[in-house]
Amino acid sequence: MPIEIPKDKWPGTIHTVTLGATNGEGGTRSKTVTFGGETTMPFLQFEAPVPHKPVVAIEIKDHKPEDWSLLLAEVWGAAMTDPAEWAKAAENAGADIIVLALSVNDENGNPTTPEKAVGTVKKVLGACGLPLIVFGPGQVDLDNELLVPISEATKGERIVLGICEDKNYRTIVATAMANGHLVTARTPMDVNLSKQLNILITDMGMPADRILMDPTTGALGYGIEYGYSVMERLRLAALQGDTMTQFPMIVTPGFEAWKTKEAKVGEGVPGSWGDWKERSINWETLTAVSLIQTGADIVVLRHPESVKRVKYAIEELLMA
Amino acid sequence: MALSGIQIYKLLPQTNCKECGFPTCLAFAMKLAAKQVELSACPYVSEGSKTQLAESSAPPIRLISVKAGGLEVKAGNETVMFRHEKTFFNRPGLFVRVKSSLGVEAIKDLVTKADAYKVNYVGMDLVVDGFAVEADEEATFTEAIKAVRSATKRPLILIGNEFAIKSGLDNLSGENPLVYAANEANWEAMADIAKKYSTSLVVAGESLDDLAGLTEKLKVKGCEDLVLDLGLGHLGNRLAKSTQIRRLAIKKNFRTLGFPSITFANGHDGQDAIEAAQAIGKYSGFIVLDRFAPDLFYPLLVLRQNIYTDPQKPIQVQPGIYEINSPKADSPVLVTTNFSITYFSVANEVEGSGLPVWLLVTDAEGMSVLTAWAAGKFDSERIAKSVKEFGISDKVTKKQLVLPGHVAVLSGEVEEELPGWEIRVGPREAVDIPSFLKHAL
Ligand code: B12
Ligand code: SF4
Repeated sequence: MPIEIPKDKWPGTIHTVTLGATNGEGGTRSKTVTFGGETTMPFLQFEAPVPHKPVVAIEIKDHKPEDWSLLLAEVWGAAMTDPAEWAKAAENAGADIIVLALSVNDENGNPTTPEKAVGTVKKVLGACGLPLIVFGPGQVDLDNELLVPISEATKGERIVLGICEDKNYRTIVATAMANGHLVTARTPMDVNLSKQLNILITDMGMPADRILMDPTTGALGYGIEYGYSVMERLRLAALQGDTMTQFPMIVTPGFEAWKTKEAKVGEGVPGSWGDWKERSINWETLTAVSLIQTGADIVVLRHPESVKRVKYAIEELLMA
Repeated sequence: MALSGIQIYKLLPQTNCKECGFPTCLAFAMKLAAKQVELSACPYVSEGSKTQLAESSAPPIRLISVKAGGLEVKAGNETVMFRHEKTFFNRPGLFVRVKSSLGVEAIKDLVTKADAYKVNYVGMDLVVDGFAVEADEEATFTEAIKAVRSATKRPLILIGNEFAIKSGLDNLSGENPLVYAANEANWEAMADIAKKYSTSLVVAGESLDDLAGLTEKLKVKGCEDLVLDLGLGHLGNRLAKSTQIRRLAIKKNFRTLGFPSITFANGHDGQDAIEAAQAIGKYSGFIVLDRFAPDLFYPLLVLRQNIYTDPQKPIQVQPGIYEINSPKADSPVLVTTNFSITYFSVANEVEGSGLPVWLLVTDAEGMSVLTAWAAGKFDSERIAKSVKEFGISDKVTKKQLVLPGHVAVLSGEVEEELPGWEIRVGPREAVDIPSFLKHAL
């Protein structure tokens, strides 16, 4: 008698979200990206089909960052000094989405102005055909000051504006709603905090298919286990029917992994850490792959080799 | 299925003789159901009841232990699908595959290197668990096993057909390796071997139905210590099968497949790391890698450590003063929290700098700097309290206290709490501590 496999049947579904708009849709993107729509835990195709696969975004900055690992500086080379070139290189490296992370100061050390930020966004949009996510520098006032004009200048492009946090979401959500964009909501690794922020954003009238949530994660060796479990719990809650957790998840394993000493530093480290480059790539790749298996829909990465490997893992996971 | 207290009570003598240390048999039964006592505490249980109770209390996934040289790799005994539901218990063993065709000298080199491998992660030394010796060339197998054994004491997995395995086992004594593998064609011969040499046995089959058929037959033959090989399919396929057997065991108490599994990670260009990472997160008991490289094992060992920590308790260090590089009265005091990862990131950097430092570890309930700060467990009051409690003022004359860069906002308040101290703000990341100590202090 064949074994009867226990299958979970869930009442909940993750929202399907599309990012970017093509010419015909009011934008200028050469393609759009759709993700979400899951009705089961990640990749369990014996239970339900996987409607859309998780996607990989590459993070670029508005100017060459001083504190990134030398390995990243080496691999991106001169492209790092020009966001347009960097975006093109990222597209060629296999990114599905570009994440443009704005800095507090420009390359000359002066505060980033709205004009400059808008200019950078336009340059990036002009240089590549991928959908775009823009992260503000992470300071309440400055984020609002930069993101509002960016939102207006890119009306109809269906970009994602980030990062909405509990102290700073109203202005960002309002401008995204007015200009046809999406938002991403970040909370520090807690199921209830995620829900609360999602409620606040939904209460403002933001349609559910224009919200992403970022539950925050830690890198391998630096707290990944917390993010891992919070994401599993969020996804389980969503499938069980909790409507305020049914948003696709975006996480930043590239940012987290490249902050660690293991990835950042090549000299004066124990010999048992092995080859620097291979170790860093593994650090970023394994952080990302682990999170994809907990339900991440977008992983934001930094190194092209990790992008290649994570994309391979996603394709493999889709093959039953 | 686990029995309830009442069901267990019915199997006890019901004489309330109190010898177990409980006033009544029922009280004892309740404790048994809660797994807080051992059945052996009651001297009067009948043999029949013992068997019934043992069966019902057996874990849904059998515990398999592979042993040699006083070392042991355990797998199984897991009770949940997701780590937050309780915890994952037995970390999957990481093994390096050694093919016999490699030749004696090359084998010794490889095994010596991997055997000696040790990497420190938050105060723990992580190592390679063992070796999987494969008779890819039958004639060289016994030589290969001898070569491996001359270079390591660690537990082994033996891979080969029944003839090779038998000759291999004849060259090993006083240990319990894991034998790979019984299949539809050879299971009877393999069962005989596993019994004769008291080894655990891997079962290989195309589908779960095939595996179930084999484990049933092997159980009848008296082989209970089994491990399932779920095959070399795509990651999606591996995920499906490992999820299915875990569910069958835990949710349906399906004993036929209630065994840990073994995974081979042999992809190229870093794909092996991905395969092994999946196996760590998704339920594997034994993981065999085709190569040994520190840059591959270090991240995998750390991932395994992370996934298998108890989600209820952050790993912590004892609050107090840690003396690094023999500090003197004029050495600076650095303050941090007692979350292990935090403590070791800082301590390792300070140690590496070669500069003397007093490291003051506050009781932040095992939280990282920012988490503790956000939760109110690492504030000026707590910092001042530890300064006083641990008597650091008696040890230093210079009274210079360095705060983590992430909590620069605290510096004013700490200054107020600690008159006479100079409060400095250090860098945000521990990596930058050495240059800060050299140039800024
Ligand atoms: C894992 C984590 C948790 C875990 C706790 C893990 C633990 N045991 O601490 C959990 C999920 C429980 C958690 C909970 C919360 N968290 Co939390 N959490 C994190 C996370 C992801 C990683 C923290 C970590 O482990 N870092 C690694 C360690 C090693 O870093 P560290 O301690 O800072 O040490 C480094 C440096 O500070 C430096 N350093 C350390 N000591 C010293 C000393 C000196 C002298 C110097 C110079 C340097 C130095 O060296 C280290 C390496 O560079 C961060 C976000 C992130 N990715 O960083 C959020 C984060 C810290 N959490 C945050 C918050 C708000 C919370 C909560 C309050 C939210 C809530 N749920 O209510 C709770 C608080 C806890 C509670 N109430 O119980 C916020 C803090 C925001 C802020 N800036 O104030 C963060 C930054 C997330 C965010 N972006 O919002 N969190
Ligand atoms: S020792 Fe056994 S018989 Fe006596 S009270 Fe305890 S459980 Fe009952």
